[in-house]
Amino acid sequence: MARMKFLCDADRCIECNACVTACKNENEVPWGINRRRVVTINDGKPGERSVSMACMHCTDAPCAAVCPVDCFYTTEDGVVLHSKDLCIGCGYCFYACPFGAPQYPKIGNFGSRGKMDKCTFCAGGPEADGSREEYEKYGANRLAEGKLPLCAEMCSTKSLLAGDGEVIAEIYKERVTRRGYGSGAWGWQTAYRESITS
Amino acid sequence: MASIARYVRFAACAWIAFVIIVSAIPASAQEPSRVDPNASAVTEQGLFQEHNRIQGRVSIPDQRSSVLIQPAGREWRHFRNVTLRWIGGIAILGMLALLIIFYLARGMVRIESGRSGRTIVRFSAFERFVHWMTATCFVILAISGLNITFGRPLLLPLIGFEAFSEWSQWAKYAHNYLSFPFTLGVVLIFLMWIAGNIPNKVDVEWLKRGGGMVGHDHPPAYRFNAGQKGVYWIVVIGGGLVAATGYQLMFPFYLTGIEGMQLAHVVHAVAAVLFIAVMLAHIYIGTIGMEGAFEAMGEGTVDVNWAREHHSLWLDEQNARTGVNKTPPRTSATPAE
Repeated sequence: MARMKFLCDADRCIECNACVTACKNENEVPWGINRRRVVTINDGKPGERSVSMACMHCTDAPCAAVCPVDCFYTTEDGVVLHSKDLCIGCGYCFYACPFGAPQYPKIGNFGSRGKMDKCTFCAGGPEADGSREEYEKYGANRLAEGKLPLCAEMCSTKSLLAGDGEVIAEIYKERVTRRGYGSGAWGWQTAYRESITS
Repeated sequence: MASIARYVRFAACAWIAFVIIVSAIPASAQEPSRVDPNASAVTEQGLFQEHNRIQGRVSIPDQRSSVLIQPAGREWRHFRNVTLRWIGGIAILGMLALLIIFYLARGMVRIESGRSGRTIVRFSAFERFVHWMTATCFVILAISGLNITFGRPLLLPLIGFEAFSEWSQWAKYAHNYLSFPFTLGVVLIFLMWIAGNIPNKVDVEWLKRGGGMVGHDHPPAYRFNAGQKGVYWIVVIGGGLVAATGYQLMFPFYLTGIEGMQLAHVVHAVAAVLFIAVMLAHIYIGTIGMEGAFEAMGEGTVDVNWAREHHSLWLDEQNARTGVNKTPPRTSATPAE
């Protein structure tokens, strides 16, 4: 099976935030939550780069390791998903996550944490594929329809790549070889303990 | 006509500008240097060398999402999954083992002169209410807290995912809500017993004699002996610490960011497991560890002979205050100051 990954080619990202918007729309993401965001580093200075970031679906995911109720699971495509039925909204996955992916709707006690929400790689949740319950809790299940995450699919500069880790790494390597530069696969070292060297 | 003159002037300016630009281009364009837009670009490795996290700017309202990568969660994960379980396991099981060994070796500390049948008031109704309110909250907070650390490996396999999540959800609610009466209790304990808990010379003597834990020694003590003063200060300082750090976790981002919350959790958890271990000893000595001790917090009164053996100086004070003086002079006791 393919091992799904995200890769953001920072040398192509133009910070248009269309991935952020597309994700919110496709998955009907709750208010106040952004499963994906674009972070601009060294904004306005020479060497500025923008990176689109969401859950990286880590190998040996820290969120899953620290969850007190063990509500995470990894699909056979390597996508890290969780069950909102089991989640108790404790916040531990958020402390452990290097990418700030887990977020909580402010509906719990004292306006703090409800059930955690995060990027699903457009792969839904534990409910039956394409079911209404799945859509309401987790958003679209594009993977089950044979499609890739919408954020990457509609990226206008094809900066954001999603798909089989080996395939997207190959595409990125080819780009770097052709244009002669590349600032690397952001977050890969942290998420997968590997980086793309060309 | 004016409009024709303006057109001519514009055309002339445009021509001059074109000539200038064309003559300027060769200087830069003839060199076939490859532009490397990456020469000054930020890199992940470079940024990690400067800081332990990468932060930038986001244009969405959620400014907290401007932290791009923060691998510090890895150390916190190790603390939560490994270090804390060792500290908690050793502290709590170690204390339990010690208490069992002590109980088997020493047994219940009896009132050696037997019960006199006369009692003296030790704790008022208000003091007992505050104690039991704090104690009840503490027990529930301790169990629900231990569940978060030890529930997944120990309880989840026994009762299954759904039941464990349901229980943990309620435990979380209890943990959050009961933190308020617990904090109130710690504040009241601090204020109401501070007078009797300032360390003094008598405590040094009491500690030198091991609190009379071994043998039949009964070192003198005022209302609270050095051991009780220790418990008091552990409750005040430990309770204050767990409350302060707990509220940071309950109200994320009001005071600290994510590193602050990781640190708050570490302090909260270590303080809490040590607190639990100490409270096990406190519960032991207040119940099966010592005859006549539970009544102090139960009914609020203690037997006069119990008071004479364990809090001789306090009994003298009380008797002096009420005009009763039936305490036989104890040769070994230090004179009341």
